[in-house]
Amino acid sequence: MSDIATNNAAVLAEQQTNDGKTLFGFWAYIMTDCLLFASLFATYAVLHGNTAGGESGRDLFSLPYILVETFALLTSSFTCGLAMLAANRHAKRQTALWLGITFALGLVFLVMELTEFGRLAREGNGWQRSGFLSSYFTLVGTHGLHITIGLVWMAALASRVWLKGFTRATLRRLSMFSLFWHFLDIVWIFIFTIVYMLGAA
Amino acid sequence: MLGLFAGFLGRLTLDQLPHNPVTAGAAASMVLIVIAGIIAMTYFKKWRWLWDEWLTTTNHKRIGVMYIIVALVMLLRGLADALMMRAQQATAASPSHGLMSPEMFQQVFSAHGTIMIFFVGMGLMFGIINLVLPQGLGARDVAFPFLNATSFWLFTAGMLLINMSLVIGEFSAAGWLAYPPLSELKYSPGVGVDYWIWSLQIAGIGSLLSGINFMTTILKMRAPGMSMMKIPMFAWNVFGSMVLVAFAFPILTVTLTLLYLDRAFGMHFFTAGGGGNAMMYVNLIWAWGHPEVYILVLPAFGVFSEIVPTFSRKRLFGYTSMVYATWGIVFLSFIVWLHHFFTMGAGADVNAFFGIMTMAIAIPTGVKIFNWLFTMYQGQIRFTSPMVWFLGFVFLFTIGGVTGVLMAVPAIDYQVHNSLFLVAHFHNMIISGVVFGFFAGLTYWFPKIFGFRLNERIGKYAAYCWIGGFALAFFPLYILGLMGATRRLDHYDASLGWQPLFIVAGIGAMIIALGVGLQILQLIVSIFQRNNNRDLTGDPWNARTLEWATSSPPPEYNFATIPLVTERDAFWVAKQKGTKTIPSHDYHPIQVAKNTSSGIFIGVASFIAAFGFVWHIWWLVLLALAGALATIFYQTLREDEAGERTIPAAEIAATEAAFRKQKEAA
Repeated sequence: MSDIATNNAAVLAEQQTNDGKTLFGFWAYIMTDCLLFASLFATYAVLHGNTAGGESGRDLFSLPYILVETFALLTSSFTCGLAMLAANRHAKRQTALWLGITFALGLVFLVMELTEFGRLAREGNGWQRSGFLSSYFTLVGTHGLHITIGLVWMAALASRVWLKGFTRATLRRLSMFSLFWHFLDIVWIFIFTIVYMLGAA
Repeated sequence: MLGLFAGFLGRLTLDQLPHNPVTAGAAASMVLIVIAGIIAMTYFKKWRWLWDEWLTTTNHKRIGVMYIIVALVMLLRGLADALMMRAQQATAASPSHGLMSPEMFQQVFSAHGTIMIFFVGMGLMFGIINLVLPQGLGARDVAFPFLNATSFWLFTAGMLLINMSLVIGEFSAAGWLAYPPLSELKYSPGVGVDYWIWSLQIAGIGSLLSGINFMTTILKMRAPGMSMMKIPMFAWNVFGSMVLVAFAFPILTVTLTLLYLDRAFGMHFFTAGGGGNAMMYVNLIWAWGHPEVYILVLPAFGVFSEIVPTFSRKRLFGYTSMVYATWGIVFLSFIVWLHHFFTMGAGADVNAFFGIMTMAIAIPTGVKIFNWLFTMYQGQIRFTSPMVWFLGFVFLFTIGGVTGVLMAVPAIDYQVHNSLFLVAHFHNMIISGVVFGFFAGLTYWFPKIFGFRLNERIGKYAAYCWIGGFALAFFPLYILGLMGATRRLDHYDASLGWQPLFIVAGIGAMIIALGVGLQILQLIVSIFQRNNNRDLTGDPWNARTLEWATSSPPPEYNFATIPLVTERDAFWVAKQKGTKTIPSHDYHPIQVAKNTSSGIFIGVASFIAAFGFVWHIWWLVLLALAGALATIFYQTLREDEAGERTIPAAEIAATEAAFRKQKEAA
């Protein structure tokens, strides 16, 4: 007669080191965030023609400016990848350096976006002007809000790496952060294509 | 100076305290109950205990109990709203205008729907999932215990906010889904809709986090050998429901935010002018709202899928087909949302597609009903109170399903759209599906959590009251709907001849209230008689799944050693083969999540932030959000440094030995 119970060491180890389930949970979160953006894109798709007699995307967007913004963000995704490679080698200085560059590029992106928002608002094309502009500001602004949260998160993680070095938990959080940052990059590519390129065309 | 102070508190002024005697009375009694609670806690010196054992807990069983307590209290509030509506409509045949003013009646029906779905349905659902799911999978806790506590506190913060509206300000009068343009600032200038938005928003984010948590638990925390096709059917249904949560709740988050942006910042998403599109709101809210119905009912199906085999002493008929039926429902639930507004005029082809998809949902649901009936066929059926709920469910839910298929025909829907026929239909699904399912589940798993059974006789009487009361309260509404009575009527002309049917419905509601009274009585009597109803074996019903292998109530860590699973109904198989289910040796220390006050702090911060959003007190919003963020950072640091709490092997050995002895004696 054998016991129903067992101490399956491998299973327990798997359950108690949080890595597998935490990463899965984070992927699931990214998926829900993806749906959040999908809903905002759908809203933009419905409202993008509702200018209420105001200006449309063709009149408002300056593609060269947005292209610079886009390259800042895409490059930050690349440097974020370099930071991850350095972190996996436990190279503290390099990780901090690449995270610092990622942070700076993210900040450039955010400042450029806010400048753009300020220009639109000053010219009388704020979010109250039309359904189109409401959905534009909300979609692009939600992405900007994510970038802001990403910057805060990045600063917290970098300071933890600097002070405490690489623990298993820190490495796990770094890989979650890089997932998040690449995800925001992908969302931006959709925003660039659908809002700016199709809008300015 | 006074002007600065006014700006400091946003829109909040002293005028916002209740004036109307009924609201003031309700608010005063609520405040009194809270004060009485505080005095009692202080008198009995229970604060330390409450804080250490309950408010800061991360244990899934405790969190489950707290969910259920909140949900049952909210059920009483929702029921009070329902009785007020029935009283109003039973008396409001012109020239009489009934007991309530139209404004108050509107707030009451809006509060009833919101509370019943978000704080009763969702609360009971997450409560039961928390109580049962990890144990059924042979796991020691959910995947993310701290996140689980946070979800609960977000849910509670939303619940407090909706009740706060009774004391300060007002509640939404725009119905449970707040359709624009009525819910826009122009037509609802007060704070009611903002209260509605923010209580749903924070409760909804809590639900979303729970969805991710339970999905991960099912995929990553199963006992060794328990492949997906061997998990309890309850877990399959929960899995389907949680996938729906993860897909649908982000849409709700967006929709509520957009409505708030319209109201607070003058945007034009759903406004009547300025390029807004009100029908987009209706599409978005139902793209969440229809899956929401299945989010609630799938776990209830899961409960019945455990109860029927146990009380028929047979394995579940058609496990595989049940799994496919669940996923059929999950898939179809996302392509039927338009049936809530066929009358929008989307055109014949669109309406036909959504109509046919809606009818198609009856097929997997029918598969489930027949599987339960075939499980009972030739079984050794025990007529316990969970089975009474089940039989009431089969009878009533099937009627509700048939009326649903009827309304899936767009041509018929044009006739009964927004009528009491619809009201009768969805209560027929939600009460006899969701509510009966969760009551059956509470009765079934009560001994597992508290160590003693509920009184069977009173429980059956309560179920009969609910079943009979339901028929009396809602069947007249079908007839009234066909006679042309629309929903949300605060009065009608006496010459229409509707009053007798409204009076019958009112009597039915009172019988349901009697059922609730009997449930309260059942709880009190059972607590007094608990020594006669003790469950010493951990398996009071001769059940089949792993949660019954532990003692009642189970130890904090659930399983001293993780069970090895080879077949479905693992516990039943073990009993048949005579395998020992309590290990007698080889104990190891177990790590469990530490208690933390971070969850309740995040709940409090969210409540304050939401209150600031409602009243436009922006500094308070920023302060509260910063507090929530700081708490999250603190919590992650603490988890890294302090780690988990270890239960020593000797303590586990003692606990298990005591249970073994108790079981052998019983």
